[in-house]
Amino acid sequence: MEQCLVEVRGIKKYFPGIKALDGVDFKIRAGEVHALIGENGAGKSTLVKLLTGVYQPTDGKILLRGKEVGFASPHTSQRAGIAAIHQEVTVFPELTVIENVFMGHHIKKPMGLIDWGQMREKTGALLEKLEVDIDPDARVKNLSVAERHLVEIIKALSFDVDVVIMDEPTSALSLEEVKDLYQIIRQLKKEGKAVIFISHKLDEVYEIADYFTVLRDGKYIGEGLVKEAGVDKIVAMMVGRSLSQIFPKVDVEQGPTIFRVKNLSKTGLFKDITFELHEGEILGFFGLVGSGRSEVMQVIFGIDQLSEGEIFINGEKVLIRNPTEALDKGLSYIPEDRQQQGAILKMNIRENVTLPIVNELSHARKFLNKKGELKVTQEYGSRLDIKASSWEQLVETLSGGNQQKVVLAKWLATKPKILILDEPTKGIDVPTKAAVHKFMGELAKQRLGMIMISSELPEILGMSDNIVVMHEGCIAARFTREEASAEKIIKAATGHI
Amino acid sequence: MFEKVLKKREFTLFVLLVFLIVIISLRSPRFLNIANFRDILDDTALLAMVAMGQFMVILIAGIDLSVGAEVALAGMSVALLHQYHPEIPIFAIVLLSILIGFSLGSFNGILVSLLGIPPIIVTLGTMGIYRGFVFVVSGGTWVSAHEMSDAFKNLPRGGFLGVSNLLFAAILCVIIFGIFLKYTRAGREIYGVGGNEIASQYVGINLKKIKYLPFMLTGSICGLVGLLWVARYASAQSDTALGFNLQTIAACVVGGVSIFGGSGTTLGVLLGVLLLGVINNALTQINISPFWQMGLQGLIILVAVIINTIMERRTQELIIRRRNL
Repeated sequence: MEQCLVEVRGIKKYFPGIKALDGVDFKIRAGEVHALIGENGAGKSTLVKLLTGVYQPTDGKILLRGKEVGFASPHTSQRAGIAAIHQEVTVFPELTVIENVFMGHHIKKPMGLIDWGQMREKTGALLEKLEVDIDPDARVKNLSVAERHLVEIIKALSFDVDVVIMDEPTSALSLEEVKDLYQIIRQLKKEGKAVIFISHKLDEVYEIADYFTVLRDGKYIGEGLVKEAGVDKIVAMMVGRSLSQIFPKVDVEQGPTIFRVKNLSKTGLFKDITFELHEGEILGFFGLVGSGRSEVMQVIFGIDQLSEGEIFINGEKVLIRNPTEALDKGLSYIPEDRQQQGAILKMNIRENVTLPIVNELSHARKFLNKKGELKVTQEYGSRLDIKASSWEQLVETLSGGNQQKVVLAKWLATKPKILILDEPTKGIDVPTKAAVHKFMGELAKQRLGMIMISSELPEILGMSDNIVVMHEGCIAARFTREEASAEKIIKAATGHI
Repeated sequence: MFEKVLKKREFTLFVLLVFLIVIISLRSPRFLNIANFRDILDDTALLAMVAMGQFMVILIAGIDLSVGAEVALAGMSVALLHQYHPEIPIFAIVLLSILIGFSLGSFNGILVSLLGIPPIIVTLGTMGIYRGFVFVVSGGTWVSAHEMSDAFKNLPRGGFLGVSNLLFAAILCVIIFGIFLKYTRAGREIYGVGGNEIASQYVGINLKKIKYLPFMLTGSICGLVGLLWVARYASAQSDTALGFNLQTIAACVVGGVSIFGGSGTTLGVLLGVLLLGVINNALTQINISPFWQMGLQGLIILVAVIINTIMERRTQELIIRRRNL
């Protein structure tokens, strides 16, 4: 077997109270695309930070071409030939593309001043090599999200590197842009560079990676050739259980209609939306991006005003002018971008969960009631299986999946009668998804009505009692759980009915 | 190319400056002559120098409230030294003033970078300490003109080619730090750290060094300015440069430096300084009561910033619209 470019042996990284990595082995050869797989909080990002010198290991060895190395800082790691595109966008919005590429390693003239000309030239060459059309002098704050990602990739390539680490590079890209990224990765591979590719989307792993290593709870689980491993096997390694358990649909007998909209229209966005929701029902809303699903829900929740139509709750016609009125009437809306719109990272779990109901909990509605708050947090936190050392832990120190659970807990603590979930499991890993799905089943048993917007067909098919498909602002089709199939739904959503 | 220049916020500032000069000239014929302009430049030279320091501090998303006190303490110290030891040569006094400033600034920088205390709190504290030291070393008394030698007093006034040493020092200071910020790694890393600290860490920038530098440099500038200040006004007092910190911050903000860090240009700061200088001078020239001057100054600063913000937002929208086409 040829020599490994980078090898990690028995590496450990402990933080106070958390073993982020606990004895992980990992190796990568030149010209290999290696997928690092694991759920959120499995330790993937920590491993990346160790390889790039952002963190130092508690124990264990990193070997580069067979020789033991220590990365005291990102500088040493970069000089050794390792560059990373981190999960967090790490651009300098106020600076130009050139400067983003060369920040930290500006090219200098012999007398020590910065050589802007040469930096512009090199940036241009890299842009050309990747066949990207971006103005090197443009300020990065004026670029699109996808373009910013490309800037990050170019930044990584501007170092003379052997190993490129991509931490969830596709999460913000469109399908077309992902294809371009694959092209870039293949080119890097051809040049004999090693690429560490981190993703929790298995189809991407199958598309681009040669080899995989699975981590779970900070531990090394296994590795193998991607071609030889089936989806079931990889998923089982990731979650420690098999695929069929992922959609635990609970059969709930549906009660009376609790929510109904009639001929809802909003000029230019959607028209004639009519549907009803029963107690204990999960109503799936499917549609392509731009079909108007989220817009309908925003009007229902009072974020936007309707042009025409009527809304009934428990058979009574209601007027919802703003979200406060919606909340008062027992509606709750969990938006799509939960990390941005949902959790307050600098506050602890308890404060986050009880934020909307802090008044009701308070003594005489004025003085905070910490005991009561803890009780509510305990109730929802344990039901959602939030993993934390205590309810007083700051939300920013939780893993992404657990942050999302905190937001879910927050809205559920308002005890809604009708819950609107916009992409409830987008971008979260398989076990967290399973926990959310299981919890939705539990809520249905408690006679809650749920509207679930989702772009993931398996989720729609697996969780919904009834399915509404939207296409260009209109309802294109309705299916019951029994009638629905992936093919029928896609046809309706693309206007082929 | 021309379109690009038009869109820059510096251009808006420049237009504003010219517009102001024209308006004032119409009201006061005395305003528009060379002697008066030389006065304005000399008056703003000290502000320009310290504003360059403040600019660097604001670039790392900090603020230095202690600049006025640093100027006063350095100025008072060298003035006292000169009073009691007139035999010390002037150039040694110059070096010493810079050294004093360097120490004061370094103290700020170390507290900010090593202990991670927010700059506004560090400099709020040292502002009090440094100002208090002025009283302690001077015993509350002044060093007046007759206690200074002519060589000392002539330091800022002398000059060549009709340019005073004072103005010359300011020009040099702006050029040196302008080049520092645009053409050296440390300078660019100051922009980087202010723009995105996490990203800076990932690309291997030494955060401690970059957070220390602006305070140290500002202190050094303030040291020199302290000497020039007491020499120019031929008096060192306990309340020298009181409120100067706010003027330097105002110059930066008017010049388009983002208070959130990571954005701003030397040219912008220079224009901001000139705008403040012209306003200060003009308000006296056109006989506006001193009671009104402070309020008017504040108003003009706000107007400049509002115009700048609106222009910036409009170009932003333009770029987004163009991209979506």
